[in-house]
Amino acid sequence: MTTPTKLIVNCATGERTVVELTADEITARDAMAAQAAQELADAEAAAEALATLKASARAKLVAGEALTEEEAATIVI
Amino acid sequence: MKKTLIEHIEVGSGGASSIEFTSISSEFADLYLVCSVRNDSGNLTFNINPNGSTTNKTRINLQGSGSSVSSASGTDITPLQSSSSYTSNAFASTFVYIPNYASSNNKSISIDTVTENNGTTSYQRLQAALWSDTTAISSLECSTASNFAQFSSFTLYGVSSGSDGTTTVS
Repeated sequence: MTTPTKLIVNCATGERTVVELTADEITARDAMAAQAAQELADAEAAAEALATLKASARAKLVAGEALTEEEAATIVI
Repeated sequence: MKKTLIEHIEVGSGGASSIEFTSISSEFADLYLVCSVRNDSGNLTFNINPNGSTTNKTRINLQGSGSSVSSASGTDITPLQSSSSYTSNAFASTFVYIPNYASSNNKSISIDTVTENNGTTSYQRLQAALWSDTTAISSLECSTASNFAQFSSFTLYGVSSGSDGTTTVS
C-alpha cells in the first residue's frame, strides 16, 4: 500500500515538497476522521429519532391518545 | 477588505493526504483560507491543524444535512469536503477565517463550509473553533483520511489591517 503523502509549500520561498506521512501522523489522521464520521452518524440518528418521535406524537394527538412525556416534549414549548 | 494572495495549492494526480502552508509571514492581521475540496474516498470532513497541532482544539457546529438540522461540539476543527460518492467532479466550498493569527492570545477560527452534491443529502456547516494556544500561527495544515482528490485546491490569503492596527481597509 502506498504511504500517504503531505504536500508542503513554503510561503516565504514558494518551494514545494512532498513528504510521506509518519506513522504517528497517519494514526492521528485516521482517528480524527473516525471521530468526525461518528459525529455525522450520531447527528443523523438523533435527527431521525426526533422525527419519529414527532410523528408518533402527531398520530396520537389525532387519535386522541395519551402522549408519553418524551412525545409531549417535542410539541410543547 | 484588502486580501493578499499568499499561496495557492492545487492537488495533482494521485492526490495528497495532507497540505501544509509553512513559513507564513506575520505581517498580516488575519488569515483567510479558501478551499475547494473533494475526497477520493468516503470522508466528509477534513482537519485543520494550526502549526501542525492536533491538540487544544474545541469547536461547536451548526449543521444542516438537507433533511435535518443539528449541532455538535468536539475537540477538532472539521470543515466539510465532498466524498467520492457525491456527484462527480463536485467539490465542497470551504472558507476559513483566522483573525489575529500572529497574536499571543488563543486563536479563534471561523468556518463556513458546504459540500456540493446533486442529491438529497448535502451538508452545510458553520463552525466556531478555538485553538487554545498563544503561539503565533506560522503554519497551517489541512489533513484528511485517504486523500484529497486531484484538482482540490487551497488558497491562502493574508488580510491587512489599517494604519491604526485595528481597521481593515478596502
